[in-house]
Amino acid sequence: MNKVFYGKLIFECSSTGRRGYDLPENTFGKSLNDFIPATLQRQATLVLPEADEQTVARHYTNMSNNNFGVDTGFYPLGSCTMKYNPKINEEVAAHPAFTALHPAQPAETVQGALHLYDEVQRTLAEIAGMSAFTLNPYAGAHGELTGLMVIRSYHMSRGDEKRTKIIVPDSAHGTNPASAAVCGLQIVEVKSTPEGTIDVEALKPLLNDEVAGMMMTNPNTLGIFETKIPEIARLVHECGGLMYYDGANLNPMLGVCRPGDMGFDVMHINLHKTFSTPHGGGGPGSGPVGVRKGLEQFLPNPRVRKNDDGTYGVSSEPTALGSVSSFLGNYGIIIRAYAYLLSIGGDILPMVGKLSVLNANYVKEILKEYYQLPIDGLCKHEFVFDGLRPEFGGDHHDESHVTTLDVAKRILDYGFHAPTIYFPLLFHEALMIEPTETESKDTLDSFIEVLKNIAIEARDERDKVKNAPLTTPVRRNDDVKAVKDAIFVYNA
Amino acid sequence: MSNNVHRYLPHTEEDIRKMLEVIGVKSLDDLYSEIPAELKLSHPLNLPKAKSEIEIRKVFNQLAKENKPLICFAGFGAYDHFTPSIIPYITSRSEFSTSYTPYQAEISQGTLMYVFEYQTMMTRLTGLDVSNASMYDGSTATAEAMMMCQAAAKKRNRVLASETLLPQVKEVLRTYAKFHGVDLVFVPEENGVTNRNVLTELLGNGDVAGVIMPQPNCYGIVEDLSGIADECHAQKSLLVLSGPASPLGVLKTPAEWGADIACGDAQSLGIPLSFGGPYIGYLCATSSLIRKMPGRIVGQTEDVEGHRTFVLTMQAREQHIRREKATSNICTAQGMMCLYVAAYLSLMGTEGLNKVNELSAAGAHYLHDALVETGRFADPFQKTFLNEFCLEYKGADLDALQKHCAEAGYLCGVKVSENRVVFAVTEQRSKEEIDEFVELVKNFG
Repeated sequence: MNKVFYGKLIFECSSTGRRGYDLPENTFGKSLNDFIPATLQRQATLVLPEADEQTVARHYTNMSNNNFGVDTGFYPLGSCTMKYNPKINEEVAAHPAFTALHPAQPAETVQGALHLYDEVQRTLAEIAGMSAFTLNPYAGAHGELTGLMVIRSYHMSRGDEKRTKIIVPDSAHGTNPASAAVCGLQIVEVKSTPEGTIDVEALKPLLNDEVAGMMMTNPNTLGIFETKIPEIARLVHECGGLMYYDGANLNPMLGVCRPGDMGFDVMHINLHKTFSTPHGGGGPGSGPVGVRKGLEQFLPNPRVRKNDDGTYGVSSEPTALGSVSSFLGNYGIIIRAYAYLLSIGGDILPMVGKLSVLNANYVKEILKEYYQLPIDGLCKHEFVFDGLRPEFGGDHHDESHVTTLDVAKRILDYGFHAPTIYFPLLFHEALMIEPTETESKDTLDSFIEVLKNIAIEARDERDKVKNAPLTTPVRRNDDVKAVKDAIFVYNA
Repeated sequence: MSNNVHRYLPHTEEDIRKMLEVIGVKSLDDLYSEIPAELKLSHPLNLPKAKSEIEIRKVFNQLAKENKPLICFAGFGAYDHFTPSIIPYITSRSEFSTSYTPYQAEISQGTLMYVFEYQTMMTRLTGLDVSNASMYDGSTATAEAMMMCQAAAKKRNRVLASETLLPQVKEVLRTYAKFHGVDLVFVPEENGVTNRNVLTELLGNGDVAGVIMPQPNCYGIVEDLSGIADECHAQKSLLVLSGPASPLGVLKTPAEWGADIACGDAQSLGIPLSFGGPYIGYLCATSSLIRKMPGRIVGQTEDVEGHRTFVLTMQAREQHIRREKATSNICTAQGMMCLYVAAYLSLMGTEGLNKVNELSAAGAHYLHDALVETGRFADPFQKTFLNEFCLEYKGADLDALQKHCAEAGYLCGVKVSENRVVFAVTEQRSKEEIDEFVELVKNFG
């Protein structure tokens, strides 16, 4: 990463009269005015950049040099599973025999594409212990919404209209309650125990015939496996509800435990987390949704099916919950995930899960002497510190204590991305670390050294940490000014 | 492959041994000791073994052979526009592609700046004040706009939507409305456009939160929306326009029509067809609606040294702060696809986008007239269109014609009813290709 800030917007690289394209000559002999009456044409002048091709290439290349990705360095962003994004995935996804396909092409001309979609559906079902998957949802939150629509469709199909409540743990990702609200469900929060897992006794009185289901992730957002899951699933099922598995934390379970075997009925998977597709600066992702036997008919249209003669087709089912996407989801992302699934195979898959757990526990064990570990014991793929320990400047009662934000910003100075901060909301100074399995012991050791150094700095040279970052392309930003000024577009 | 060593897993046996020792457990399996045995897999997964890159390339080459890209005369929400060669080159820079949501602004200015550029360009195209950092696709963007109308109106649940929206958009609207509790009512079509009398009548009930109109509509027709905004606003309803992004460069803008929200798919701005995704939904609005907007928004600010910088902002609307009270559950911004759009519009500029639209329209009108001239098709609507149009097949079996064309390597539009088909043409279609296609249709059967 270039530590000198580039800072220019494309509008500032523009010069009137330059151009960055060439198009064939108009040999049809007619122009827009021949087709579109003036009353239907744009009146306002459109101002877009005017730049030659090299200017555009350099502009974005310079901008990329101020950006940090997994290829730049260690990215321990908790709950985001920032593993290595293999390059073969990109190569196969760029094949013109996939990128040039129109979504409305007849099935006979897209057999390879449908075959791949079906293989991924089946592979995910095997890995998750589910009966069937749809790959149409575009993202994790979109998968949650789709999965909740499945749950509501199930109850509606039985004429059970009053089940409009969904139980969500207080430690859940913010998308869980937000997705439930979009789906028209009322959220009932269930508390965590001091050990960070669901309080089963607190759950019991919440269960009644208005409960549509319960959303959980396992391991939970603290990286702790909910060992009481069989009892929780039994209780929810007994009251007539369904269990939803948020697949955000699926990585450590790969090849070891399956959500289907834990008692979950509906779930989503984030292909951009667990199955190595690039996060793309926030998207596009992909959030396939799986269901157990008996719920397949509710999955959204369009569906990809293998016909009896071995060919593949696309169908729409009247029992489906409806549609959540224009076409068959983020197909280009699904291709990448398939390349990864083939690369890892059934034999290596358990190692992915286990090494992610090994990495997390290793970092946690060493750093807990410096950072406050609220809940001890084995974690899975991630864990949460509650800021620095008091003896390292983290005493919450001291007003000038070194905060998690300070630590995160100081980490940037040492060439790593920061962990997730201030989530989950159970602790004031949450610092959530997920190393993933693709990081070597060498990288983890460097990271551990950096976090130790920062703890010592926080004790001995507090200002250094408080003023961090010092060596990044830009320094700390004024978030309040951004809201106050409300500048969302460029004005010359 | 053996011994669990793999090209994506850097651990040596020695590393694993040392790390287990630090943790204080004996084996990798002991890391899962708290999990009840009955929850653990007792058998290996029924999946093939790991493959080498050589083998993977072969698998994909075989799948590729089972696909047949066609010379495209279809649109219907996905357009075969040209992608300049440098766009995939820029977007594949891994500093961009392997980063995530720019939570740490100090090391994410690249992402934040292209999103800010994207937001600026989309507001200029639509004429509206603000754009979010993008949505999943055109259908879901329109569904979010529908929910925005309901949220902005507070006590009104009814949203009207034209039957002339794309079917996939209507289906997603129906689905979201059903679960979100929106009373979605479709305004019927008459001669290929929205029935204005019914629209006026429904609006007159005074209980409408928003009206969603297409532009251009599913038949490619540019609807005359004169007066609709005034009718909406007189009834305290919002007006939403939904349509593909490329035509915004030349058609009367959503702002000029008086719309409050503009949304749709921006795939037409340089993004490959890719069998339907990934695409990008755009969503722009007047500034009074910003607090009701879904998704991420990037804003300008300063760092402590006074640099002009960019950050994620207006986050008090979002799910990670507001949880169930958030404006939406969206936490995606289609980052990579924003970059496609920003780079595309940087290269094309106003003049290039104009030419794209002009060439596409000229090709489409040429094809339209030539197909009608074959005597096999008639134009049921005879209305203004840009680069997409609907024709009625006079033959008996439209499926057979489409199949025949596909076998010859052409995508013969999208069938929308028993005998109607919607064609689209982009700047990528030469006159020769169009002539060959028309010849094929003429000689069929």
